[in-house]
Amino acid sequence: MGGLCKLIPFKGGSVMTRKIRVVHYLNQFFGQIGGEDKAGMHPMDRAGHVGPGMAFAAALKDQAEIVGTVICGDTYFGENMDTATKEVLDLIAKYEPDLVIAGPAFNAGRYGTACGAVCAAVAEKLQIPVVTGMYHENPGVDMFRKRIHIVETSDSAAGMRQAVPKMAKLALKLAQGEPTDAAVDGYLTRGIRKNYFAKERGSARAVEMLVRKLGGQEFTTEYPMPQFDRVDPSPAVRDMSKARIALVTSGGIVPKGNPDHIESSSASKYGKYDLDGIDVLTAASHQTAHGGYDPVYANDNPNRVLPVDVMRDLERAGAIGELHRYYYATVGNGTSVANAKKYAAAIAKELVEAEVQGVILTST
Amino acid sequence: MVKEIERAGIPVVHMCTVVPISLTVGANRIVPTVAIPHPLGNPALAPDEEKQLRRRLVERALAALQTEVEGQVVFEK
Repeated sequence: MGGLCKLIPFKGGSVMTRKIRVVHYLNQFFGQIGGEDKAGMHPMDRAGHVGPGMAFAAALKDQAEIVGTVICGDTYFGENMDTATKEVLDLIAKYEPDLVIAGPAFNAGRYGTACGAVCAAVAEKLQIPVVTGMYHENPGVDMFRKRIHIVETSDSAAGMRQAVPKMAKLALKLAQGEPTDAAVDGYLTRGIRKNYFAKERGSARAVEMLVRKLGGQEFTTEYPMPQFDRVDPSPAVRDMSKARIALVTSGGIVPKGNPDHIESSSASKYGKYDLDGIDVLTAASHQTAHGGYDPVYANDNPNRVLPVDVMRDLERAGAIGELHRYYYATVGNGTSVANAKKYAAAIAKELVEAEVQGVILTST
Repeated sequence: MVKEIERAGIPVVHMCTVVPISLTVGANRIVPTVAIPHPLGNPALAPDEEKQLRRRLVERALAALQTEVEGQVVFEK
Protein backbone atom coordinates (compact mmCIF):
# COMPACT_ATOMS: atom_id res chain seq x y z
CA MET A 1 0.00 0.00 0.00
CA GLY A 2 1.63 3.18 -1.19
CA GLY A 3 0.50 5.32 1.72
CA LEU A 4 2.34 3.13 4.15
CA CYS A 5 5.61 3.05 2.29
CA LYS A 6 8.22 5.70 1.90
CA LEU A 7 7.94 7.54 -1.37
CA ILE A 8 11.33 7.80 -2.91
CA PRO A 9 11.91 10.05 -5.93
CA PHE A 10 12.92 7.86 -8.82
CA LYS A 11 15.11 8.81 -11.72
CA GLY A 12 13.03 10.14 -14.56
CA GLY A 13 10.58 12.00 -12.37
CA SER A 14 8.31 9.13 -11.39
CA VAL A 15 8.23 7.69 -7.89
CA MET A 16 8.86 4.21 -6.68
CA THR A 17 8.02 2.87 -3.28
CA ARG A 18 10.49 1.08 -1.16
CA LYS A 19 10.21 -0.68 2.13
CA ILE A 20 11.03 1.15 5.34
CA ARG A 21 14.51 0.11 6.43
CA VAL A 22 14.56 -1.13 10.02
CA VAL A 23 17.50 -1.97 12.28
CA HIS A 24 16.77 -4.11 15.32
CA TYR A 25 18.78 -3.96 18.57
CA LEU A 26 19.08 -7.09 20.75
CA ASN A 27 21.14 -8.28 23.71
CA GLN A 28 23.37 -11.35 23.62
CA PHE A 29 20.57 -13.61 24.80
CA PHE A 30 17.86 -12.66 22.31
CA GLY A 31 20.58 -12.19 19.70
CA GLN A 32 21.24 -15.92 20.10
CA ILE A 33 24.89 -15.50 21.05
CA GLY A 34 24.62 -16.95 24.56
CA GLY A 35 23.65 -16.44 28.19
CA GLU A 36 25.32 -14.56 31.03
CA ASP A 37 28.70 -16.02 30.05
CA LYS A 38 28.45 -13.94 26.86
CA ALA A 39 27.05 -10.78 28.49
CA GLY A 40 30.45 -9.10 28.18
CA MET A 41 30.42 -9.21 24.38
CA HIS A 42 31.12 -6.05 22.41
CA PRO A 43 28.57 -4.83 19.84
CA MET A 44 28.36 -6.67 16.53
CA ASP A 45 25.94 -6.62 13.63
CA ARG A 46 24.29 -9.15 11.38
CA ALA A 47 22.45 -8.60 8.13
CA GLY A 48 18.72 -9.29 8.32
CA HIS A 49 16.72 -10.36 11.35
CA VAL A 50 17.76 -12.50 14.31
CA GLY A 51 15.69 -14.20 17.05
CA PRO A 52 12.56 -12.15 17.85
CA GLY A 53 13.32 -10.17 14.70
CA MET A 54 11.54 -12.90 12.80
CA ALA A 55 8.26 -12.11 14.57
CA PHE A 56 8.82 -8.40 13.90
CA ALA A 57 9.51 -9.11 10.24
CA ALA A 58 6.15 -10.93 10.09
CA ALA A 59 4.33 -8.11 11.90
CA LEU A 60 5.89 -5.41 9.72
CA LYS A 61 4.68 -7.37 6.69
CA ASP A 62 5.56 -5.88 3.35
CA GLN A 63 5.76 -2.32 4.65
CA ALA A 64 9.14 -2.56 6.30
CA GLU A 65 12.15 -4.78 6.28
CA ILE A 66 14.67 -5.54 9.01
CA VAL A 67 17.86 -4.89 7.10
CA GLY A 68 20.21 -5.44 10.00
CA THR A 69 20.44 -6.50 13.64
CA VAL A 70 22.88 -5.06 16.15
CA ILE A 71 23.67 -7.23 19.16
CA CYS A 72 25.53 -6.22 22.32
CA GLY A 73 26.16 -7.94 25.67
CA ASP A 74 24.13 -6.49 28.55
CA THR A 75 27.06 -6.34 30.94
CA TYR A 76 29.34 -4.71 28.38
CA PHE A 77 26.67 -2.10 27.72
CA GLY A 78 25.93 -1.48 31.41
CA GLU A 79 29.59 -1.09 32.33
CA ASN A 80 30.52 1.11 29.35
CA MET A 81 27.34 2.99 28.57
CA ASP A 82 28.89 5.93 26.73
CA THR A 83 31.30 3.92 24.61
CA ALA A 84 28.79 1.15 23.93
CA THR A 85 26.10 3.62 22.89
CA LYS A 86 28.45 5.16 20.37
CA GLU A 87 29.63 1.80 19.04
CA VAL A 88 26.06 0.54 18.64
CA LEU A 89 25.03 3.81 17.01
CA ASP A 90 27.82 3.50 14.44
CA LEU A 91 26.79 -0.05 13.57
CA ILE A 92 23.15 1.01 13.24
CA ALA A 93 23.99 4.05 11.06
CA LYS A 94 25.84 1.80 8.62
CA TYR A 95 22.50 0.35 7.50
CA GLU A 96 21.01 3.81 6.80
CA PRO A 97 17.77 2.89 8.57
CA ASP A 98 14.47 4.78 8.56
CA LEU A 99 13.45 3.26 11.88
CA VAL A 100 15.04 1.48 14.84
CA ILE A 101 13.35 -1.10 17.07
CA ALA A 102 15.04 -2.25 20.30
CA GLY A 103 14.11 -5.24 22.42
CA PRO A 104 11.57 -5.74 23.91
CA ALA A 105 13.46 -5.93 27.20
CA PHE A 106 10.54 -6.87 29.49
CA ASN A 107 11.79 -6.54 33.10
CA ALA A 108 15.50 -7.07 32.38
CA GLY A 109 17.17 -4.03 33.92
CA ARG A 110 20.48 -3.92 32.06
CA TYR A 111 18.78 -4.77 28.76
CA GLY A 112 16.09 -2.14 29.27
CA THR A 113 18.70 0.47 30.08
CA ALA A 114 20.60 -0.47 26.92
CA CYS A 115 17.48 -0.40 24.72
CA GLY A 116 16.56 3.00 26.13
CA ALA A 117 20.06 4.43 25.68
CA VAL A 118 20.33 3.11 22.11
CA CYS A 119 16.90 4.46 21.15
CA ALA A 120 17.56 7.85 22.74
CA ALA A 121 20.91 8.14 20.93
CA VAL A 122 19.38 7.11 17.59
CA ALA A 123 16.52 9.58 17.97
CA GLU A 124 18.93 12.38 18.79
CA LYS A 125 21.77 11.70 16.35
CA LEU A 126 20.06 10.00 13.40
CA GLN A 127 16.74 11.83 13.81
CA ILE A 128 14.63 8.80 12.95
CA PRO A 129 11.76 7.19 14.88
CA VAL A 130 12.57 4.60 17.55
CA VAL A 131 10.45 2.12 19.48
CA THR A 132 11.33 -0.17 22.35
CA GLY A 133 9.30 -2.24 24.77
CA MET A 134 9.60 -2.73 28.54
CA TYR A 135 7.73 -3.74 31.68
CA HIS A 136 6.69 -0.60 33.52
CA GLU A 137 9.02 -1.31 36.45
CA ASN A 138 12.11 -1.69 34.26
CA PRO A 139 14.61 0.98 35.37
CA GLY A 140 15.02 1.89 31.69
CA VAL A 141 11.47 3.28 31.74
CA ASP A 142 12.09 6.11 34.17
CA MET A 143 15.43 6.85 32.55
CA PHE A 144 14.16 7.21 28.97
CA ARG A 145 10.36 7.47 28.81
CA LYS A 146 10.42 11.19 28.17
CA ARG A 147 12.73 10.88 25.19
CA ILE A 148 11.46 7.80 23.37
CA HIS A 149 8.39 5.66 22.77
CA ILE A 150 8.38 2.66 25.12
CA VAL A 151 5.58 0.17 24.57
CA GLU A 152 4.42 -1.38 27.84
CA THR A 153 5.04 -5.13 27.92
CA SER A 154 4.64 -7.91 30.46
CA ASP A 155 7.52 -8.65 32.84
CA SER A 156 8.88 -11.69 31.01
CA ALA A 157 9.53 -13.00 27.53
CA ALA A 158 6.30 -14.99 27.83
CA GLY A 159 4.71 -11.72 26.68
CA MET A 160 6.68 -11.61 23.42
CA ARG A 161 3.67 -12.53 21.29
CA GLN A 162 1.62 -9.65 22.67
CA ALA A 163 4.49 -7.16 22.60
CA VAL A 164 5.66 -7.60 19.02
CA PRO A 165 2.48 -6.56 17.16
CA LYS A 166 2.00 -3.52 19.43
CA MET A 167 5.59 -2.39 18.90
CA ALA A 168 5.48 -3.04 15.15
CA LYS A 169 2.23 -1.12 14.74
CA LEU A 170 3.51 1.89 16.65
CA ALA A 171 6.82 1.78 14.76
CA LEU A 172 5.02 1.90 11.40
CA LYS A 173 2.84 4.78 12.58
CA LEU A 174 5.89 6.75 13.67
CA ALA A 175 7.76 5.97 10.46
CA GLN A 176 4.79 7.31 8.47
CA GLY A 177 4.51 10.39 10.62
CA GLU A 178 1.02 9.43 11.74
CA PRO A 179 -0.28 10.79 15.05
CA THR A 180 0.08 8.49 18.05
CA ASP A 181 -1.67 8.26 21.37
CA ALA A 182 -0.33 6.56 24.49
CA ALA A 183 -3.68 5.03 25.43
CA VAL A 184 -4.42 3.74 21.92
CA ASP A 185 -0.93 2.63 20.96
CA GLY A 186 0.00 1.17 24.32
CA TYR A 187 3.14 3.13 25.03
CA LEU A 188 4.14 4.69 28.33
CA THR A 189 3.21 8.34 28.55
CA ARG A 190 6.07 10.67 27.78
CA GLY A 191 4.89 13.73 29.67
CA ILE A 192 4.14 15.66 26.48
CA ARG A 193 1.01 17.79 26.39
CA LYS A 194 -0.91 18.02 23.16
CA ASN A 195 -3.32 20.84 22.43
CA TYR A 196 -6.77 19.95 21.17
CA PHE A 197 -10.29 21.35 21.24
CA ALA A 198 -12.50 19.50 23.68
CA LYS A 199 -16.25 19.35 23.32
CA GLU A 200 -16.89 20.70 26.77
CA ARG A 201 -15.06 23.51 28.44
CA GLY A 202 -12.73 22.81 31.38
CA SER A 203 -15.15 23.81 34.13
CA ALA A 204 -17.83 21.47 32.82
CA ARG A 205 -15.37 18.61 32.51
CA ALA A 206 -14.08 19.22 36.04
CA VAL A 207 -17.58 19.22 37.52
CA GLU A 208 -18.46 16.05 35.67
CA MET A 209 -15.31 14.41 37.00
CA LEU A 210 -16.09 15.54 40.53
CA VAL A 211 -19.65 14.20 40.31
CA ARG A 212 -18.33 10.85 39.17
CA LYS A 213 -15.77 10.81 41.96
CA LEU A 214 -18.38 11.68 44.63
CA GLY A 215 -20.62 8.99 43.20
CA GLY A 216 -17.84 6.44 43.61
CA GLN A 217 -17.61 6.00 39.84
CA GLU A 218 -14.45 5.78 37.82
CA PHE A 219 -13.04 8.91 36.27
CA THR A 220 -9.97 9.69 34.25
CA THR A 221 -7.89 12.65 35.26
CA GLU A 222 -6.62 14.91 32.51
CA TYR A 223 -3.48 15.70 34.45
CA PRO A 224 -2.00 12.77 36.36
CA MET A 225 0.31 13.86 39.13
CA PRO A 226 3.87 12.65 38.73
CA GLN A 227 4.85 10.09 41.32
CA PHE A 228 8.03 11.22 42.97
CA ASP A 229 9.27 8.74 45.45
CA ARG A 230 12.33 10.31 46.86
CA VAL A 231 13.66 9.72 50.35
CA ASP A 232 15.61 12.46 52.07
CA PRO A 233 19.15 11.43 52.92
CA SER A 234 19.59 10.29 56.49
CA PRO A 235 22.12 12.18 58.61
CA ALA A 236 25.71 11.03 58.29
CA VAL A 237 27.36 8.64 60.73
CA ARG A 238 29.05 10.79 63.38
CA ASP A 239 31.69 8.50 64.80
CA MET A 240 32.52 5.63 62.48
CA SER A 241 34.95 4.13 64.99
CA LYS A 242 31.99 3.37 67.25
CA ALA A 243 29.38 2.65 64.61
CA ARG A 244 27.73 -0.68 63.89
CA ILE A 245 27.65 -1.13 60.12
CA ALA A 246 25.57 -3.74 58.33
CA LEU A 247 26.01 -5.33 54.93
CA VAL A 248 23.01 -5.85 52.64
CA THR A 249 23.14 -7.07 49.06
CA SER A 250 20.86 -7.60 46.09
CA GLY A 251 23.66 -9.66 44.55
CA GLY A 252 22.37 -12.95 45.95
CA ILE A 253 25.29 -13.95 48.21
CA VAL A 254 24.07 -16.85 50.36
CA PRO A 255 25.67 -19.63 52.39
CA LYS A 256 26.83 -22.50 50.22
CA GLY A 257 23.89 -24.62 49.08
CA ASN A 258 21.45 -21.67 49.27
CA PRO A 259 19.65 -23.02 52.37
CA ASP A 260 16.60 -20.76 51.98
CA HIS A 261 16.28 -21.57 48.28
CA ILE A 262 16.24 -17.93 47.22
CA GLU A 263 15.20 -17.96 43.58
CA SER A 264 17.70 -16.98 40.89
CA SER A 265 15.18 -14.49 39.49
CA SER A 266 11.95 -12.90 40.74
CA ALA A 267 13.04 -13.73 44.28
CA SER A 268 10.11 -14.38 46.61
CA LYS A 269 12.14 -13.86 49.77
CA TYR A 270 15.31 -12.53 51.34
CA GLY A 271 17.75 -14.25 53.67
CA LYS A 272 19.32 -13.21 56.97
CA TYR A 273 22.66 -14.85 57.61
CA ASP A 274 25.00 -15.01 60.58
CA LEU A 275 28.53 -13.69 60.17
CA ASP A 276 29.60 -14.60 63.71
CA GLY A 277 33.06 -16.14 63.58
CA ILE A 278 33.33 -15.60 59.82
CA ASP A 279 36.44 -13.68 58.86
CA VAL A 280 36.27 -14.08 55.13
CA LEU A 281 33.78 -15.56 52.65
CA THR A 282 35.18 -18.40 50.58
CA ALA A 283 34.12 -20.48 47.61
CA ALA A 284 33.51 -23.28 50.12
CA SER A 285 31.38 -21.24 52.53
CA HIS A 286 29.27 -18.99 50.29
CA GLN A 287 27.99 -18.59 46.72
CA THR A 288 25.65 -16.44 44.71
CA ALA A 289 22.06 -17.43 44.00
CA HIS A 290 21.67 -14.64 41.44
CA GLY A 291 20.74 -15.72 37.92
CA GLY A 292 21.16 -12.35 36.26
CA TYR A 293 24.92 -12.13 35.96
CA ASP A 294 27.80 -14.50 35.27
CA PRO A 295 28.25 -16.20 38.69
CA VAL A 296 31.84 -17.38 38.16
CA TYR A 297 33.55 -14.43 39.88
CA ALA A 298 31.19 -14.25 42.86
CA ASN A 299 31.29 -18.01 43.42
CA ASP A 300 35.07 -18.01 43.22
CA ASN A 301 35.36 -15.21 45.79
CA PRO A 302 32.05 -14.02 47.31
CA ASN A 303 33.82 -11.04 48.93
CA ARG A 304 33.76 -9.50 45.45
CA VAL A 305 30.05 -8.88 46.05
CA LEU A 306 29.80 -8.87 49.86
CA PRO A 307 33.06 -7.44 51.24
CA VAL A 308 33.20 -9.33 54.54
CA ASP A 309 36.99 -9.78 54.43
CA VAL A 310 37.67 -6.05 54.21
CA MET A 311 34.99 -5.18 56.77
CA ARG A 312 36.65 -7.52 59.28
CA ASP A 313 40.04 -5.88 58.61
CA LEU A 314 38.50 -2.44 59.11
CA GLU A 315 36.80 -3.64 62.29
CA ARG A 316 40.13 -4.89 63.66
CA ALA A 317 41.83 -1.64 62.69
CA GLY A 318 39.17 0.31 64.58
CA ALA A 319 37.97 2.13 61.44
CA ILE A 320 34.45 0.95 62.21
CA GLY A 321 32.96 0.06 65.58
CA GLU A 322 31.75 -3.32 64.44
CA LEU A 323 30.35 -5.25 61.54
CA HIS A 324 26.72 -6.13 62.32
CA ARG A 325 26.43 -9.80 63.13
CA TYR A 326 23.93 -10.54 60.36
CA TYR A 327 23.88 -9.70 56.73
CA TYR A 328 20.82 -9.65 54.51
CA ALA A 329 20.64 -10.83 50.92
CA THR A 330 18.17 -11.20 48.14
CA VAL A 331 18.39 -11.60 44.40
CA GLY A 332 17.69 -8.39 42.52
CA ASN A 333 16.85 -9.94 39.17
CA GLY A 334 13.41 -9.26 37.77
CA THR A 335 12.29 -8.80 41.37
CA SER A 336 9.22 -6.59 41.50
CA VAL A 337 9.57 -3.17 43.08
CA ALA A 338 6.72 -4.04 45.45
CA ASN A 339 8.57 -7.12 46.73
CA ALA A 340 11.92 -5.34 47.00
CA LYS A 341 10.20 -2.63 49.05
CA LYS A 342 8.57 -5.21 51.28
CA TYR A 343 11.82 -7.10 51.94
CA ALA A 344 13.75 -3.91 52.58
CA ALA A 345 11.11 -2.55 54.97
CA ALA A 346 11.33 -5.76 57.00
CA ILE A 347 15.14 -5.64 56.91
CA ALA A 348 15.13 -1.97 57.90
CA LYS A 349 12.93 -2.69 60.93
CA GLU A 350 15.40 -5.29 62.18
CA LEU A 351 18.38 -3.05 61.50
CA VAL A 352 16.79 -0.24 63.52
CA GLU A 353 16.06 -2.64 66.38
CA ALA A 354 19.67 -3.86 66.23
CA GLU A 355 20.85 -0.23 66.45
CA VAL A 356 22.72 -0.37 63.19
CA GLN A 357 24.01 3.10 62.30
CA GLY A 358 24.96 2.69 58.68
CA VAL A 359 24.38 0.29 55.80
CA ILE A 360 26.52 -0.69 52.85
CA LEU A 361 24.24 -2.09 50.15
CA THR A 362 25.96 -3.75 47.23
CA SER A 363 24.33 -4.45 43.88
CA THR A 364 25.47 -6.40 40.86
CA MET B 1 15.83 -1.47 48.86
CA VAL B 2 18.19 1.45 49.43
CA LYS B 3 15.27 3.82 49.82
CA GLU B 4 13.28 1.68 52.23
CA ILE B 5 16.26 1.32 54.56
CA GLU B 6 17.04 5.03 54.29
CA ARG B 7 13.37 5.77 55.00
CA ALA B 8 13.82 4.04 58.36
CA GLY B 9 16.42 6.68 59.21
CA ILE B 10 19.63 4.73 58.63
CA PRO B 11 22.09 6.19 56.11
CA VAL B 12 22.75 3.81 53.23
CA VAL B 13 25.57 3.87 50.73
CA HIS B 14 24.79 2.10 47.49
CA MET B 15 27.80 0.39 45.91
CA CYS B 16 26.95 -0.47 42.33
CA THR B 17 28.34 -0.44 38.82
CA VAL B 18 25.46 0.97 36.78
CA VAL B 19 25.26 4.37 38.46
CA PRO B 20 22.44 5.72 36.21
CA ILE B 21 20.13 3.01 37.54
CA SER B 22 21.02 3.88 41.12
CA LEU B 23 20.34 7.56 40.42
CA THR B 24 16.99 6.71 38.82
CA VAL B 25 15.98 4.48 41.70
CA GLY B 26 16.81 7.24 44.18
CA ALA B 27 19.88 6.28 46.19
CA ASN B 28 21.38 9.30 47.93
CA ARG B 29 24.95 8.15 48.56
CA ILE B 30 26.41 6.21 45.64
CA VAL B 31 29.87 4.68 45.21
CA PRO B 32 30.58 3.42 41.67
CA THR B 33 32.11 -0.05 41.56
CA VAL B 34 34.19 -2.16 39.20
CA ALA B 35 31.93 -4.41 37.14
CA ILE B 36 28.47 -5.96 37.27
CA PRO B 37 29.53 -9.56 38.07
CA HIS B 38 32.29 -8.46 40.48
CA PRO B 39 31.46 -5.00 41.86
CA LEU B 40 34.07 -5.17 44.63
CA GLY B 41 36.79 -7.11 42.92
CA ASN B 42 38.75 -7.59 39.78
CA PRO B 43 39.74 -11.14 38.91
CA ALA B 44 42.48 -9.82 36.61
CA LEU B 45 44.45 -8.55 39.61
CA ALA B 46 46.64 -10.55 41.98
CA PRO B 47 44.69 -11.54 45.13
CA ASP B 48 46.38 -9.00 47.42
CA GLU B 49 46.00 -6.17 44.90
CA GLU B 50 42.37 -7.12 44.44
CA LYS B 51 41.78 -6.96 48.17
CA GLN B 52 43.42 -3.54 48.31
CA LEU B 53 41.08 -2.37 45.56
CA ARG B 54 38.13 -3.66 47.58
CA ARG B 55 39.41 -1.96 50.69
CA ARG B 56 39.72 1.39 48.89
CA LEU B 57 36.14 1.09 47.63
CA VAL B 58 34.78 0.15 51.07
CA GLU B 59 36.71 3.01 52.67
CA ARG B 60 35.14 5.34 50.13
CA ALA B 61 31.74 3.94 51.12
CA LEU B 62 32.47 4.57 54.79
CA ALA B 63 33.55 8.12 53.94
CA ALA B 64 30.25 8.58 52.08
CA LEU B 65 28.33 7.42 55.15
CA GLN B 66 30.18 10.06 57.17
CA THR B 67 29.35 12.83 54.70
CA GLU B 68 26.22 14.92 55.11
CA VAL B 69 24.43 15.18 51.76
CA GLU B 70 21.48 17.28 50.64
CA GLY B 71 20.49 15.21 47.62
CA GLN B 72 22.04 12.52 45.48
CA VAL B 73 25.83 12.41 45.49
CA VAL B 74 28.06 10.08 43.52
CA PHE B 75 31.32 9.59 45.42
CA GLU B 76 33.77 9.19 42.55
CA LYS B 77 36.82 9.66 44.76
